[in-house]
Amino acid sequence: MPSILDIRRRIRSVTNTRQITKAMKMVSAAKLRRAQERALAARPYAQMLTNVLKSLVSRTDIYDPQTGEPLHPLLVRRPENNVLLIVITGDKGLAGAFNTNILKAASRFLESKQGKNIEIEAIGRKGRDFLRRRYGSAAPRTADDKSPVRTTIVGEKVGVLNKVEYSVASELAERLIERYSKSEIDSVYLVYNEFKSVIAQRLVVERLLPIEHVGETDVAQAEEMSLEEKQQAIDAAKGSGVKLRPADTHEVDEAAAKFATAPVDYIYEQPAAELFRGLLPKYVSVQIFHGMMESVAAEHAARMTAMDAATSNATDMIDSLTLVMNRARQAKITKEIIEIVSGAAAAS
Amino acid sequence: MADTLELEIVTPEKIVVKDVADEVQIPGKSGYLGVLPGHAPLITELGVGEITYRNSSGTQHLAVAWGFAEVLPEKVTILAETAERASDIDTNRAQQAKQKAEQKLKNGGPDLDYFSTEAALQRAETRLQVANKAR
Repeated sequence: MPSILDIRRRIRSVTNTRQITKAMKMVSAAKLRRAQERALAARPYAQMLTNVLKSLVSRTDIYDPQTGEPLHPLLVRRPENNVLLIVITGDKGLAGAFNTNILKAASRFLESKQGKNIEIEAIGRKGRDFLRRRYGSAAPRTADDKSPVRTTIVGEKVGVLNKVEYSVASELAERLIERYSKSEIDSVYLVYNEFKSVIAQRLVVERLLPIEHVGETDVAQAEEMSLEEKQQAIDAAKGSGVKLRPADTHEVDEAAAKFATAPVDYIYEQPAAELFRGLLPKYVSVQIFHGMMESVAAEHAARMTAMDAATSNATDMIDSLTLVMNRARQAKITKEIIEIVSGAAAAS
Repeated sequence: MADTLELEIVTPEKIVVKDVADEVQIPGKSGYLGVLPGHAPLITELGVGEITYRNSSGTQHLAVAWGFAEVLPEKVTILAETAERASDIDTNRAQQAKQKAEQKLKNGGPDLDYFSTEAALQRAETRLQVANKAR
């Protein structure tokens, strides 16, 4: 049996750990709130862009009336031989199963695309490290590359998630669009953790290219949270000032819906088709940007939940250690009394 | 008819400007347009350039690179990739970007992407121009 001193030391050490996990939980909660605000601030642009595109679709021919061929390179569908997957994970660990789950979903997706050339763009350090160990990195293939089927990492972005910037997403989107237009890649997917609120999250694989319907996300694979995960998230959100419901975006959406869709005859400075061509690539960047922001929010939420669980585990441990310690102390006292009593009895 | 315009400038990251203006100038792709209250409904793509708007509290300048604008008689909404107020522009960075682009154009070579470099130069120059007006 450990001595009382040993147990006391353990209790102290667990208490220290609990303090750290508690602080980390609070920090994550604050960061989550900020991430949610940023996501909300970014909403009008995304909504407006989508609305304009939708209204332009109805005003222009996006398909050639004679041949039925799409007139924009990003709408062209090709047999899927070269697939590009963007994987968004976190830069840091200690967020429960957050990164593991994303990578599992990515692996499952890759399995379903077996026999095809697969290229990966990794955003976030955790995903990059894992994927690099597994597949290795190489230069992107070109259109006339005839090498055998393989899976490689062609790009990585690390340390961009701390402060998500639009330029990162637009730069990546530009590169993808260029390669897609040159037929170097035949489809682009994005895997990330979708975040509506703490209890409404999904792991999704979305198809970015080719674009099928503007304004609708093309989900190839999705996974909801389990009930147990939801319960944990609810517990963690309690008392940390994080709202369980998604923020009310009704007003913002309504205002955005009016953009460029008023029932009047607009003067078009440029032909609608040209506007459409200019706007469509932005739609891709916005989707990537959106994915990055949701992923960041989800990461903070996951860390908050994990740290909350760690804190309550530490509390349980302290309780049981205290019990053991008290027992040990009592045993010691009892033993001492017996010694005194039997000593006294022997002396008399 | 209202004698002022509502002006809203939205970027992917946030709403940069939500203000009332007496007059707005926007850099349309095919030339600058001045918008006064009561303008006919219009939709245009924006080029690289400078948005200027005037209201009771003075004249404001913003640098924009690519955007999309909707003009209604009482409202102007602008979607812009980037929109920076004159006071937020980092002149040193713009200066560096300008020099780099100029250098690239001067050196030439087969790897030079003429259009994107030219566009970068233009963006840097616009930034500097706008920043100077703030002073």
